[in-house]
Amino acid sequence: MLEGILIGLQTALSLQNLLMVIGGCLIGTFIGMLPGLGPMSIIAIMIPVAISLGDPSAALILLAGVYYGAIFGGSTSSILLNAPGVAGTVASAFDGYPMARQGKAGKALTIAAIASFAGGTIGALLLMIFAPMLSSVALLFHSAEYFGLMIVGLSAIAAFAGNGQVAKALLMTVLGLIMATVGLGSLFNMPRFTGGVMELQSGFGFVTLAMAMFALPEAIFLVLKPKNVGDDGGEIKDLRITRAEARAIAPVICRQSVQGFFIGVLPGAGATIASFLGYAVERNLASKEEQAEFGKGSIKGLAAPETANNAACTGSFVPLLTLGIPGSGTTAILLGALIALNVTPGPRLMIDDPQIFWAVIMSMFIGNLVLLVLNLPLIPYIAKVLAIPRNYLIPFIMFFTLMGAYIGQNNATELLLLVGFGICGIALKFANFPLPPLLIGFILGGMMEDNFARAVQLYGGLSFIWERPMTLGLLIIAVILILLPSMRAMNARIRAKGVADGD
Amino acid sequence: MALDRWIALILLSICFLYGYVAWFTMDGNLAPFMQRKPIWPSTFPKILSVFGIILSLAILLGFEKSDDTVGEIDYRRLTDYKLGQAILMLALMVAYALCLRSLGFLGSTTAFLVLGSFILGERKFHIMVPISLTTAVVVWYLVQEVLGIFLRPLPFFMGV
Repeated sequence: MLEGILIGLQTALSLQNLLMVIGGCLIGTFIGMLPGLGPMSIIAIMIPVAISLGDPSAALILLAGVYYGAIFGGSTSSILLNAPGVAGTVASAFDGYPMARQGKAGKALTIAAIASFAGGTIGALLLMIFAPMLSSVALLFHSAEYFGLMIVGLSAIAAFAGNGQVAKALLMTVLGLIMATVGLGSLFNMPRFTGGVMELQSGFGFVTLAMAMFALPEAIFLVLKPKNVGDDGGEIKDLRITRAEARAIAPVICRQSVQGFFIGVLPGAGATIASFLGYAVERNLASKEEQAEFGKGSIKGLAAPETANNAACTGSFVPLLTLGIPGSGTTAILLGALIALNVTPGPRLMIDDPQIFWAVIMSMFIGNLVLLVLNLPLIPYIAKVLAIPRNYLIPFIMFFTLMGAYIGQNNATELLLLVGFGICGIALKFANFPLPPLLIGFILGGMMEDNFARAVQLYGGLSFIWERPMTLGLLIIAVILILLPSMRAMNARIRAKGVADGD
Repeated sequence: MALDRWIALILLSICFLYGYVAWFTMDGNLAPFMQRKPIWPSTFPKILSVFGIILSLAILLGFEKSDDTVGEIDYRRLTDYKLGQAILMLALMVAYALCLRSLGFLGSTTAFLVLGSFILGERKFHIMVPISLTTAVVVWYLVQEVLGIFLRPLPFFMGV
């Protein structure tokens, strides 16, 4: 491990990669503050840049920096303006905005900065400890088990979907898988489902789909329903926190770093769920009088989601780096970028390309430090970006989605596809269909089919399902994950009807 | 019928079409040596089409009690929102896609940004035009020179 750390430091501390971390954090913070652009859209925009760098570790370092920065930038706009730019920071606005209204904006930002720093750093430490362990287990995995694992990952999405959303989330996943089969398959040399259209031979562009499903609907929603952007956040003063306050939030930060990290590791969870769960848990743990303060400017209520979402961001790198399975939409996009750079994340990554693996971990520490340094003195100035009037902001967001799709495929037809899919995405969003499962399904689809095909060819049929106990176990877990939420809903319905359920 | 069930109906028909191609037409021109393999290019799509049909039927027939919480925007009252602006913005994006090649990157991008903010209600042309032009030139430089992706800068009748 020590050797790995040294390799990582050597790579991460090179001038180019240091600049990548700093640049990524800056870009992420700036764009993350803009309402409507989440980390997913920002990373999608940055992918063409990252891919053209050519060096996978530099690209991953840049994108990881952007990811952290985006989550971080989102928290500043939710605290100052109650306008969360990122879903993962919505919970930060619950207590951060009331604090800002009480004139404690400086203190709120300081707490957010420190909580994020601690969450990210502790998360990176846990990543260092747990990733090698997970990856040595993962080396025992065959293509059959990979297939099973991907099914588990996809069905975990259903388990985390809201009430009455399970069928929708699953349908979106299947739709993503269906879209992944369009074009030339890697195992078979024949175009499938192209309908004779030349442009579809290479399949749908992944950046196009990401833009169409996330950035474009968000921009159109901003057009439809203008939010109050550009309100004056008030003066920012009183940056210090007292010793008593520090003592109050220290246990919160410790608990939420660990909890957030492990939620982030689970496929399908991620920063949003971690932050909401962290807020809820801390609220339940707090004493009665502290509980009353939650929602009215409690420092614990701000520290909890801020720590948890940063720790979860780090945690979501574990399945990506060790198993090659993205746990969230954002890491799914990162996976796409890595594959484009000819790096296949998975258990072999630590053995074949240790410098990539360790450099990313080391750059997480550096990135967190950079963000802390950035956030404390620069926030009052950075917040000025929010003053850009919406009339200018929205055309720019749209232009950048168009550019992202064009640069990805270098093809004007792609832009029409983008708008077409974008309209589909808007309609799906209206009807409360969750969109991230579609993208996760699309990205996992190709790999899943390859592993499935390989397993079938090795065993000459579907017998691998019952002949390999681990595959069978994984598939059973997947079925349980899918059935669990609907069973819970059914139980609730029975109880609501007044049927006694026995003590 | 609520919008989510309409969408389920559309997805169901897509799955049927997809399934029809996978089950009946795709294997026709399969090479003989591939027919002896245990897995065909159509195997995975066949499975997917079945799942897709089951899931969209489940939503269409309302097996799962869906929550009727209104999202960020209530589509039943779309006209309450700035629908015209949104449609115009989408149309503008299509126009941009069609004009990118013939009008050149610099011209179409500047026009897109100026018209975009015009649609949203901005009228200060002395700010809009310089900002749009600067953005177009900077992005073109980045894409063409730094990323090395060809973008035709000028209209088709003015050189490359």
